[in-house]
Amino acid sequence: MTRVLMKGTEAIAEAAIQAGCKYFFGYPITPQNEIPEYMSAHLPEIGGQFVQAESEVAAINMVLGGGATGFRVMTTSSSPGISLMSEGITYIAGSEIPAVVVNVMRGGPGLGSILPSQADYLQATKGGGNGDYNTIVLAPSTLQEAVDLTQLAFDLSQKYRTLTMVLADGFMGQMMEAVEIHPHHPEGLPDITTWGLGFMPERGGKRSHLKSLYLSPEELEEHNKNLQKKYAIIRENERRCETVMVEDADVIISAYGTTARIARSAMTNLRSRGYKVGMIRPITVWPYPYSAFDAIPKTLKGILVVEMNCGQMIDDVKIATKCAYPVSFYGRSGGMSPSVKEIEDACLKIIG
Amino acid sequence: MKEVKVYERPKSWMPDVFSHYCPGCGHGIAHRLVCEVIDELGIQEKTIGVAPVGCAALMYNYMDIDFCEAAHGRAPATATGLKRVRPDRVVFTYQGDGDLASIGMAEIVHAANRNENITVVFINNAIYGMTGGQMAPTTLIGQKATTCPLGRDAKVNGYPLRVCELLSSLASPGFISRVTVAQPKYIIKTKQAIKKAFQNQIDGKGFSLVEVLSSCPTNWGLRPVEAFDWTLSSMMPYYPLGVFKDFE
Repeated sequence: MTRVLMKGTEAIAEAAIQAGCKYFFGYPITPQNEIPEYMSAHLPEIGGQFVQAESEVAAINMVLGGGATGFRVMTTSSSPGISLMSEGITYIAGSEIPAVVVNVMRGGPGLGSILPSQADYLQATKGGGNGDYNTIVLAPSTLQEAVDLTQLAFDLSQKYRTLTMVLADGFMGQMMEAVEIHPHHPEGLPDITTWGLGFMPERGGKRSHLKSLYLSPEELEEHNKNLQKKYAIIRENERRCETVMVEDADVIISAYGTTARIARSAMTNLRSRGYKVGMIRPITVWPYPYSAFDAIPKTLKGILVVEMNCGQMIDDVKIATKCAYPVSFYGRSGGMSPSVKEIEDACLKIIG
Repeated sequence: MKEVKVYERPKSWMPDVFSHYCPGCGHGIAHRLVCEVIDELGIQEKTIGVAPVGCAALMYNYMDIDFCEAAHGRAPATATGLKRVRPDRVVFTYQGDGDLASIGMAEIVHAANRNENITVVFINNAIYGMTGGQMAPTTLIGQKATTCPLGRDAKVNGYPLRVCELLSSLASPGFISRVTVAQPKYIIKTKQAIKKAFQNQIDGKGFSLVEVLSSCPTNWGLRPVEAFDWTLSSMMPYYPLGVFKDFE
């Protein structure tokens, strides 16, 4: 496939189809409606299924059932819809079912707005639903990366039997950019017939049952320990991060998603004016790439966290740096986004 | 003298397990009927059950088939996901009245309205069993429960929901039937209805729901025999048995 100009939401949908996702369950919510629309038009053509659920609650539980077969399934939504899905997400985590969820974030809290935001960082990375669980969370910053990470999300979800979320924002959903989307069918992933529902004959008559309920405290603790072991392996193997010009930096900007894109322009401008500015851009926000901050020079004057929210990633940066450097924050919320100039000014304030 | 075998456990019942259900509870009978139907249709290895939240949450311990847990009330949505991905498999939900008719009302109405090709076994015992006898959407007027200790009052709590009648009003086709396990003669009819509900799915006809009037002697405060008498004398007049809708 050559490069084509596509809207972010449609690129994500096509990337999922090219990664072998034939089953989509969703509920309309702005600003991600083009994904279910695209799926409803294209999945029947390839023998797949599109179901418009009666609610996000039902959609995520359809994903739970579909994912329980082992086949690639997905849903997409935006912030308030993801809140409604939180119940299903924790059940999916507890039952160790692979699934992909895309959150095209909009302003909150509550109904908030339909404009771009990153205000679901904490919900995505620290929980949302009940219980001790994590989901892998991938934060693309360009549409090509959204395509690549959507396809990777399916691989990771199957490799670890865990829910993987693509955390995009309204800008990425609505803007257009040139992307390349290739068929994606990697080898070496675990055999779904060993546990997937519906494969009882393939297992020689051995049944499988997928559940999160363990009434015996000893059994539930054991289940939790096993989940934590899995999360430890994911933390070890799946941290992804881009670091740019941090070795000599006086200021490091840390940002993800669309905000990292704006911050990159600020960094480039300031470098051209002779200021030593670098960037640490987490690509996985869970597991968080804490060790990427080990490369910070001792002479660093400060880290500037930039987000489209009121300051949700700061704690992770402080943990990563063990509070050894001043960490400040610049953010806009409610659908507002930081400008290049605003980020430049915030950097210059740190440089002094 | 020739030996005649009059009783054996269904093949799809898990060997060597005993259920946790209270004496006189209808779940044991309904579970057995589902297993007998699975055996008779020869679909043990291609059936996927969806367990509810409620007393039957642990039913996957008793049936030797693939099983998926559902969140409270969400079984029809979970079954939809399973069936859409594996249309070659037989998918059923088994849900109580709190699960299906209260928290899961949206999911059951929309699964029925899509004529989703699944089978639903709906156990109505007019109370929340597992949580300790609270008022259910199906609790009868005047019936006492721990959250309506003076008896259900329509002015405060509204009226008991008739699920079969409600679902029958949908424009979509379907098989909707109400039966009971309160007496042997009705148990035979219950099995026929459950078998038909599974056969409909195998034949690709679509949504089938069998409501089973059952009992809860523990939370009704009755002995097992008295409890089934109460099912017949109090529940049946408000929840009449019969076929409310059929594909033919």
